[in-house]
Amino acid sequence: MMSSEIVLQTFNLGKKYRHRWAVREANLLVHRGEIFGFLGPNGAGKSTTIRMLLTLIRPTTGRVEFFQKNVLMHRADVLSRLGGLVERADFYLYLSGRRNLESIAALGGNISKKEIDEVLHLVGLAKRADDRVKTYSHGMKQRLGIAQALLRQPEFIVLDEPTTGLDPQGIKEVRELIGRLSAERGITVFLSSHLLSEIEQVATNMAVIHRGEIIVQGKVGELLNDGDTVVRLIARPMDYTKRVLARLSFVKRVVAQGDELQVTIGNTDSSLLSSMLMKSGIEIATITPLRSLEQYFLSITEGASDVD
Amino acid sequence: MSIENRAVYHPPSLFLLLRHELIKTFFKWRTYIGFITLAVVIPLVEVALKLEGGTMVQNMTRNLSRDFLLIGNLFNAYWVTYTLMMSLWVHVPFLIALVAGDQLAGEATSGTVRLLLTRPSSRSRILLSKYLATLVYAALLVIFLGAVGVGVGLILFGPGDLLVVGKEFIIIPAASVPARLMLGFGFAVVSMWCVSSLAFLFSSLVENAIGPIIATMAVIIVFFVIANLPIESVQAVRPYLFTTYMNVWMQAFEMPIRWGEIGSSLLRLSGFSVGFYLVTWYIFVKKDVLS
Ligand SMILES: Nc1ncnc2c1ncn2[C@@H]1O[C@H](COP(=O)(O)OP(=O)(O)OP(=O)(O)O)[C@@H](O)[C@H]1O
Ligand SMILES: [Mg+2]
Repeated sequence: MMSSEIVLQTFNLGKKYRHRWAVREANLLVHRGEIFGFLGPNGAGKSTTIRMLLTLIRPTTGRVEFFQKNVLMHRADVLSRLGGLVERADFYLYLSGRRNLESIAALGGNISKKEIDEVLHLVGLAKRADDRVKTYSHGMKQRLGIAQALLRQPEFIVLDEPTTGLDPQGIKEVRELIGRLSAERGITVFLSSHLLSEIEQVATNMAVIHRGEIIVQGKVGELLNDGDTVVRLIARPMDYTKRVLARLSFVKRVVAQGDELQVTIGNTDSSLLSSMLMKSGIEIATITPLRSLEQYFLSITEGASDVD
Repeated sequence: MSIENRAVYHPPSLFLLLRHELIKTFFKWRTYIGFITLAVVIPLVEVALKLEGGTMVQNMTRNLSRDFLLIGNLFNAYWVTYTLMMSLWVHVPFLIALVAGDQLAGEATSGTVRLLLTRPSSRSRILLSKYLATLVYAALLVIFLGAVGVGVGLILFGPGDLLVVGKEFIIIPAASVPARLMLGFGFAVVSMWCVSSLAFLFSSLVENAIGPIIATMAVIIVFFVIANLPIESVQAVRPYLFTTYMNVWMQAFEMPIRWGEIGSSLLRLSGFSVGFYLVTWYIFVKKDVLS
């Protein structure tokens, strides 16, 4: 099956700035055809990772392989097959959009006028292509940023928060464009975001990065639709507790770990569990619901950011 | 648009990269500050000299004319241009640092360095194309100085013999002055390339052009001061300062021309330029791009 071909893999990738690890032991795996969402709150290490992918910075540890080739050792070959947009879409403001693209494209060799027109058209900038970028709105610059990533028909594009600062309509357009690129051209997309909802809507696969570490990685559907809640429970007496739990219909699974029980309770509220246990005369020392993956994402991505 | 049939990557020619660097350089307003400054200041200076009526030259030649019979007009386009070349000490280097100091730092300021360095062209090639564009700018600025100086001078004063006041008085006949001027401006280009290389080096270190511009000027001025300290031990470092050779253009107006001396000065200037470039290369190729 074609989709099983690995196109990007990182091995213990890490970056240390002075005394602090911005990214640590990141092992990412992206297969051909995926839209890979890279989710993390501000300061989590998304851009740092992407800079390492695209050779802007050197990893402190580990390595990056695209198409099974070390990107630092086969830089030209690998980068000629990639397109990228790192952080803000910055351009030469005093040049027109078209000239910007020409200048960037030249770094990969001669390019036809037609090909430039095509990417401009694709992102809906054809009409304004000959105006200086200085006169562009933020959304237009962002679209030009995606356009430049699409120059020279890349197999793989890396987009760092491409919807930052866009209005809902703009976000929708970018989302649709990414979907089209993937569906119609078979381009593999690596997309970072700090919004779960965004990843959920476009990505097929995802990884979550938090404080520089990859916390979880897998198929979006599998990770998010797992709605079960796990409750950590310490209660006395233990054997009696286990017997009571076994009788409760909403309890799916009980795993004992030392004096702690991990109780999987489906979509039920954990307060129901605690009241049922107390009714049975069980003495509860602690009861902590381990929130579902989704709640967990939300708590780290939409709660307090890492910026300190 | 089949991915399987994509062409293998062929690195772009250096010429193509240089072309785009030149486009970027010459679409920037900053690049024209130097040309506009020269286009305004040179005519102003020459008109002022015209109004003053050559008293400067008369004063200089008063003693001389007692002993010799001076024929013709010593206050002419060539003399004015030669005098303008004194701006190659500080003024022109400043105008050069303005652009050279921006070449790498400016890309960091604007964030466009991320576009440049995520493309297949190697950092070495990109650096070289930027460096060559900088050298083109420096050469054009020096040539522009000469062209405007002579051009406006010819209109205002006409040609004439060139009087050079150095350790001794030299008078170069009018007919051979154009060749000497070309030689002089040619040498000046080489010394301004050295200034460009230094500013380019500083430009690789920071993310804003102001630093490289100030640092370049500071180095030139400090080196001049050091070179002119009347202390013998300090004098010993003179051969190792690139500023020592910056006045090589003056040797185009000596009689006879000391080719050996000139060759050695040009070689040393080029040596410094190559040295600055290699340091820049070392920094740029290894650098983490964080802007
Ligand atoms: N140049 C730098 N020097 C030191 N630390 C840095 C530097 N750049 C980033 N960091 C730190 O590295 C960590 C990761 O930053 P990074 O920019 O990769 O985060 P991010 O996930 O892209 O965040 P955002 O959503 O805000 O873009 C942060 O803690 C940040 O403070
Ligand atoms: Mg970021």
